[in-house]
Amino acid sequence: MTILIVILAGGAFFCLYRALKGPSIPDRVIAVDIMSVIFTSITALVALKYKLAYLLDLSIALAIISFVGTLALAKYLEGRSLDD
Amino acid sequence: MTSFIGWASIVVGVGFTLLGCLGLVRFPDLYNRMQAATKCVTLGTCGIMFGIFLLSGFNALGIKALVCAVFVLITVPVAAHALGRGALVFGVKLWKGTVKDQFTEDRGGESIVDTGAADKPEET
Repeated sequence: MTILIVILAGGAFFCLYRALKGPSIPDRVIAVDIMSVIFTSITALVALKYKLAYLLDLSIALAIISFVGTLALAKYLEGRSLDD
Repeated sequence: MTSFIGWASIVVGVGFTLLGCLGLVRFPDLYNRMQAATKCVTLGTCGIMFGIFLLSGFNALGIKALVCAVFVLITVPVAAHALGRGALVFGVKLWKGTVKDQFTEDRGGESIVDTGAADKPEET
């Protein structure tokens, strides 16, 4: 179980490399989005390990926040307003 | 048997997620990177959540994991699609081996193809 969490954290470090080095703005945005989805998985595995059901609420909230943030940045890159 | 299937699902999901992150580092282009990362991480997260549901059964942990899996399965591809469209309109260059750009052709524009100038080492 701990080994799986460590492997996922290594994947998050790959995303962090791309977010720091990415040549363009959408590279950084997609790297942060993928990193938040990986944190969702890590939170779920910690919830399974310690049998804490309320940690999955945190997981669902993290997925919602990353979705809304990525969508807003995509609209900003496209040059349109948010209600278009 | 259910426990074995659950653990196998979690391990396969972690493997898919790690390969997706490796694709995020290794692929040459924004669109290729987005393709690899988004699909692999979506399937991997759904595998992990389904494995947690199988391991814990019908209690609060399992049902919340199932809800989270459905939510991730819906939202991540939508966000990546919107971001890819936004990046193409924003002017991110395509890879030099790109075969077709149907979106720009339909809008009557000229595709911005990377001619290899970005392959050189960065100045920073």
